[in-house]
Amino acid sequence: MSNSLLEVKKVKKYFNVGGNDYLKAVDDISFAINKGETFGLVGESGSGKSTLGRTVVGLHNATDGSIVFNGKDTGKLKGKEAREFNRTMQMIFQDPHASLNPRMRVMDIIAEGIDAHGLLKGKERKERVFQLLEKVGLRPEHAKRYPHEFSGGQRQRIGIARALAVEPEFIVADEPISALDVSVQAQIVNLMEDLKKDEGLTYLFIAHDLGMVKHISDRIGVMYLGNMMEMAESDALFDEPLHPYTQALLSAIPVPNPKEIGKRERIVLQGDPPSPITPPSGCRFRTRCPHAMEICAEVTPEWREARDNHWVACHLYNS
Amino acid sequence: MTSLLDVKDLEVSFKTYGGEVKAVRGVDFHINQGEVLAIVGESGCGKSVTAQTIMGLLPKKVSMIKGGNVTFQGEEILGLPKKKMQKIKGSKIGLISQDPMTSLNPTMKIGSQIAETIKKHTDLPKYQIKNRTIELLGLVGIPNPEKRYSQYPHELSGGMRQRVLIAMALSCEPQLIIADEPTTALDVTIQAQILDLLKDLQQRLNTSILIITHDLGVVAEIAQRVSVMYAGKVIESGTVEEIFDNPKHPYTWGLLNSIPKYTNGEKERLVPIEGSPPDLFAPPAGCPFAPRCEYAMEICIGEMPDAKQISESHHAKCWLNDPRAPIVEGLVAAGRNE
Repeated sequence: MSNSLLEVKKVKKYFNVGGNDYLKAVDDISFAINKGETFGLVGESGSGKSTLGRTVVGLHNATDGSIVFNGKDTGKLKGKEAREFNRTMQMIFQDPHASLNPRMRVMDIIAEGIDAHGLLKGKERKERVFQLLEKVGLRPEHAKRYPHEFSGGQRQRIGIARALAVEPEFIVADEPISALDVSVQAQIVNLMEDLKKDEGLTYLFIAHDLGMVKHISDRIGVMYLGNMMEMAESDALFDEPLHPYTQALLSAIPVPNPKEIGKRERIVLQGDPPSPITPPSGCRFRTRCPHAMEICAEVTPEWREARDNHWVACHLYNS
Repeated sequence: MTSLLDVKDLEVSFKTYGGEVKAVRGVDFHINQGEVLAIVGESGCGKSVTAQTIMGLLPKKVSMIKGGNVTFQGEEILGLPKKKMQKIKGSKIGLISQDPMTSLNPTMKIGSQIAETIKKHTDLPKYQIKNRTIELLGLVGIPNPEKRYSQYPHELSGGMRQRVLIAMALSCEPQLIIADEPTTALDVTIQAQILDLLKDLQQRLNTSILIITHDLGVVAEIAQRVSVMYAGKVIESGTVEEIFDNPKHPYTWGLLNSIPKYTNGEKERLVPIEGSPPDLFAPPAGCPFAPRCEYAMEICIGEMPDAKQISESHHAKCWLNDPRAPIVEGLVAAGRNE
């Protein structure tokens, strides 16, 4: 793909957990995100989706593989280029209570990136913050206040304003709405969609709420135990999930409609995800998979394009 | 039919440095034997405080029960002395709390933690207590219950710990289980397992369940009746079908509209409820939702409407249901009647 803004190539991120044991949080993942696209990343806790997001931004160094942004390998950037990359790629965090410094005023929180990159000073800086506050649906007078004076949704707006302050091209949003109430979630999702249009942003949207991910994403990747299991356009993924894990995941979402209950076939997975320190051999999902075969324990399924633009790693789709 | 649990006009406040927070402001509901009632609402609406009040778990120093009744099997349990309440807790009412990570004692084997409850409330001999505990662990779907009996909480996953809590709640075969956000901390595939388990147990043992949640999906999945709470009040209650198909309160419309609908192909813009809930230090005199309600009328600001009866089981506190009110375009759970 030539127009991809971000390319993740065979990225691995292992954490040493003592001795020679490694937690393979992200294990050999490749995908690309096009400019102007929203790529959703879903998976259960421990699937490595947040680690992948943090590795993409550069908060973790990849153990292996490379992340290419705008045609440049981000792991090899130095000096000015590295700073410039840090500016163009920003992150919105999950917990709006923990991600804002309680002892800083909103003005300084939002302007932190501006200051770090020495972009604006004095009156211009102040005006920029006011402008950002308005953009995210807050008022200029909020700049004087401290984070504890705001509700969860408002804090998340401040976090978004901080990310936007340095005019990024790419934003990694790690569960930006999961700490918020339903009615407020919709406010933030709408805001993120508007900003994407106005500022020409590209998103990597990490979440476990599949309904919201489907709503906001153009394409979705499904992760399980550090591996990418399936990747497709969001409609295709929901209409025709190929991987047994995706099928189970989609069928497990409780649908807020009592008439649908009983109509759908629910695939209730047995057991818990295995430990990522000693993942199962072959396909990592095989221990809970209703379709597991002999080959699944022996060979790691190949990452293949089973349908047009619909990638899956599963032996059921070996041609 | 007499109800198992009856809550009437419950009012609870908290003392804080900033003044009195009126967390629960007149809550009414009841649960019949063998029924699942869901209380839905957003954070701060008082749903958990209601549950804690019923269980007698409010922190004494800072909380005040300002009024109301809670009757369980016809007996008033509000303000019961600690000793008497403890007899009911565990043996007649079981509690499943939200966070399986912090509700278990990390230094005790899970078997002993369950056995503790049984020991307290029954006079079974020791070996039978152990057998009963292992039986319970099996009942809630924990594989190898004998082995798990002598394991510590950290050796179990989140879903397994939640099962342990359920086993503990079930240990003395209570008539009522209060489950406060039992699946919020869990992943969807595990959530599906736990909901199935609760449904199955409820049908097999004819236990009543009061489930507190903010997830309308969970409500549709498990409940027979729903009470929607907002700013310390129940603003609408009815059967699941009535609430989802024919909601009569704009806040319920808002909640239903905030969820993305993934049934139809077209992506619609979400319809959030603008603004945020009122400050419970000084709750408004009128309808608490009025400032965020697009249909608010003059009377809504000044006067809280009474519960209007829509059907025998369906009540809503909204002036729009008054015969004199203008008929608004029923957003009726927007677009859900395809």
